[in-house]
Amino acid sequence: MTEFIYLYRGGERPESPDEGQKQMQKWMAWMKELGEKGHLKATGSPLERTGKLVSGNQKVVSDGPFAEAKDLIGGYTLITAKDIDEAVDLSKGCPIFLSNGAVEVRPILQMSM
Amino acid sequence: MDTHQQPEGNASSAELDPQLFRHEAGRMVVALTRLFGIHNLALAEDVVQDAFCRAIEVWKFRGVPANPSAWLMATAKHRAVDILRRERTARSYAPELTRMIESEWTLVPTIHEVFDTHTIQDDQLRMMFSCCHPRLREDARVALVLHILCGFSVSEIAGAFVSSQAAVEKRITRAKKVLAKSKRLFDVEASPEFSARLPDVQRALYLLFNEGYHGASAETVVRVELCREAMRLTAMLLEHPLGRTPATYALGALMSLHAARLPGRVDASGNLSSLLDQDRSQWDRQLVVEGLKLLDLSATGDNLSEYHVEAAIAAIHSRAPRMEDTDWKAIVALYDTLMTIRPSPIVALNRAIAVAQSEGPERGLEEIESIAGRDRLAAYPFNWAALGELELRLGRHETAREHFRAAHAVARNAMERRFLEQRFGACESVDTK
Repeated sequence: MTEFIYLYRGGERPESPDEGQKQMQKWMAWMKELGEKGHLKATGSPLERTGKLVSGNQKVVSDGPFAEAKDLIGGYTLITAKDIDEAVDLSKGCPIFLSNGAVEVRPILQMSM
Repeated sequence: MDTHQQPEGNASSAELDPQLFRHEAGRMVVALTRLFGIHNLALAEDVVQDAFCRAIEVWKFRGVPANPSAWLMATAKHRAVDILRRERTARSYAPELTRMIESEWTLVPTIHEVFDTHTIQDDQLRMMFSCCHPRLREDARVALVLHILCGFSVSEIAGAFVSSQAAVEKRITRAKKVLAKSKRLFDVEASPEFSARLPDVQRALYLLFNEGYHGASAETVVRVELCREAMRLTAMLLEHPLGRTPATYALGALMSLHAARLPGRVDASGNLSSLLDQDRSQWDRQLVVEGLKLLDLSATGDNLSEYHVEAAIAAIHSRAPRMEDTDWKAIVALYDTLMTIRPSPIVALNRAIAVAQSEGPERGLEEIESIAGRDRLAAYPFNWAALGELELRLGRHETAREHFRAAHAVARNAMERRFLEQRFGACESVDTK
């Protein structure tokens, strides 16, 4: 089993409270399913849409273009899967696709191979 | 990093009230509008949307907290404090609260007060009355109530009323402008104003219920939702000392008695079933009892409203264990009364159907032919369906078929079309006998 991280990118705000509630319940059901199948290493966390970017030798601190960025990372989850193909397949059930978002699937680099 | 993290929430997604967000949206928006002032309704709506987005972000990872309403309210309160501190002088807020908001000493207690459960209950009534502004048309009032108090989006309202998104958008935008210009929310403590506007509020709730019960939307879920919202708001009105009038009780009674029949309106295969053929064992007995209780409570005073009459008609249907046991003569008499209070071609049509039940199809047809303003029924599918049924009973299958065809042409959704196709079938099967 290999570990992967799902980075949730973008996704539109729900148009109504009801749509929002349904969206959230779909996420919870999906997470639960991942857990029941034994793929959930850690639920992970949501991220604020704000933050700072510290960069360069001069350690310049800037306000990232966070709030405006369309493909902003909104959260992450750690999962385990046989290989990248399985990790990709599992990600396809993510409700983020219903609101025009994307999942970035990245293998976590292992120390010992 | 912690591994095998478990959601911390106590309420699972499955047991979450499906209307939670909808109802909390209404509660939060009225509290915030009270704080920010009616002219800042858009700001209140933004804060509510932010609170929901935060809830969704956090809950989908951590699970729903033990008290989701309190969580949402707390989030909205925090945002409100932020905004009021940051923009204390940049905007004007609710005129009656301005002094309390300006001082740091009173800001937070004022916000807590505004978000208090009892205050919110009153604020929902204030908003309900504000939405029924005399300058707004009835359809705009209903749309506004659904939008602000029930958290329906423009497209959800457009779906429920089978109108275009653009039309609903325009109606709501215009209605909000009228609302914003009213400067203050309606004062529910002021007795003469309250009583003067109460009939408009009752009417808006009645129309909301009717849209769910008889409306054009094909989706049963949407319809049930509209009926339920109308009943929730009526119950709220009944909790206010000035709102608790005989007519409001009657309105509540007719809603409960009609809603009791909702489970029987659509049969097992999802097809519309007429009152005459309904499986009465499916009617909700508890709602019938509730409706009859409300009808009793409405029987005071000397004002007989259209709601009293409609509730009385519904009560006769609910009391009849079988269709044959229905007291059609009493129903005809009640329709006669209704025609004197609120005459309309639809009421006249329903009366004619009752006449047909008690005096035979010939008499029913005569009554339909003599309806004043009958041309206004041309686009109403059940007008043609009624003619078809009566002709069918008289054995005139060809005429019946023509009427059902006309009904089919103006049917408003697939469910109605399927129902009418079944009726074509009834004409055929009699023919081949």
